Amino acid sequence: MTDQEILAGLAEIIDEIAGVPADEVTPDKNFVDDLDIDSLSMVEIAVAAQDKFGVEIPDEQLKDLKTVQDVVNFVSKNS
Amino acid sequence: MSGARILGFGGYQPDKVVTNDDLAELVDTSDEWIRSRVGIESRRVAADDETVADMAEAAGAKALAASGLAPSSIDLVIVATCSPEVPLPNVAATVAYRLGIVAPGAYDLNAACAGFCYALGTASDAVRAGSARNVLVIGAEKMTSWIDWTDRSTCIIFADGAGAAVVGPSAEGERPGIGPVVWGSAGDLAERITITGRTGALRQDGQAVFRWATTSLHPVALEACARAGVTPAELSAFIPHQANLRIIEAIARKLGIPRERLADDIVHAGNTSSASIPLALSRMAEQGRLQPGTPALLLGFGAGLAYAAQVITVP
Repeated sequence: MTDQEILAGLAEIIDEIAGVPADEVTPDKNFVDDLDIDSLSMVEIAVAAQDKFGVEIPDEQLKDLKTVQDVVNFVSKNS
Repeated sequence: MSGARILGFGGYQPDKVVTNDDLAELVDTSDEWIRSRVGIESRRVAADDETVADMAEAAGAKALAASGLAPSSIDLVIVATCSPEVPLPNVAATVAYRLGIVAPGAYDLNAACAGFCYALGTASDAVRAGSARNVLVIGAEKMTSWIDWTDRSTCIIFADGAGAAVVGPSAEGERPGIGPVVWGSAGDLAERITITGRTGALRQDGQAVFRWATTSLHPVALEACARAGVTPAELSAFIPHQANLRIIEAIARKLGIPRERLADDIVHAGNTSSASIPLALSRMAEQGRLQPGTPALLLGFGAGLAYAAQVITVP
């Protein structure tokens, strides 16, 4: 899967869970500061990402994934 | 073996209301933050001298009255609690004595927030097996005595209260009013919700518990429905432990249960651990949201991590 495909899939998930329009989900965005996504929504996003990409994102890792690019990198590296 | 059913139920909440704005004066939080994370607007907190037994007694008296039974008809009292003031004596024997129930079997049960469903399951089994005729089941908690009021991740969630139900035999030829309990635990996650030490405070890994609750519990609920012979679509109400509005809304979505059938007592009661299910049941009845004779699903879950679910017939 290319980074572009992961980004598109992630944007879909974030739209569904947090109601953030997909075109606002760009690599440099910070989940908390830019997209107003809280820690519980991050868990929901991680669970949905696991279903979609087959990559588990444990809670311990989740804390370090602060931007959209961080998640794309994590999924890319572990898929 | 004949079945068991709930004959009556009732709840008790302390008078003192603590709002989100009140908590914002203690810790760095806000009404908006609390509502969006856990769905609570206000909660009830027991008076300093109000004990778990006091609240259990008040709820037990209401359930007894609703059942129409005399105290002398009860021969087993089970109190689900994880927040008693002292290890001994247990709460159940004291409450039974105060309610005029003479010499019943009496024990406390700790399955934390799943406690009421565990107690209801064992009460149903006791009635079916003939080791008890009628059972008073109570969930009672003073969670606020185990809270660190400087920890903003927990002090906004927990609250006090009690709820109770009287369990007796089903009528001849009638289908059981308490379906088979489906229970289990995940001890590998035990450290995610703890109170360490006799004067310790409750600590919770909110993200881990949220992940577990939103991904592991809907299959338990589905199994409880299957074992009772009903589908989620046939349920008139879904009354999960009032842990966090976002958790229970997520579970309800996965079960396909519409929002109006979901108990949402947490908004004004907070998370009262083992008391939350019978309290929510009482609230829904007061609001006219329960139809007698219809199936309702109970789902308890919490520290342990322990969980239990069963389908009841609304009395």
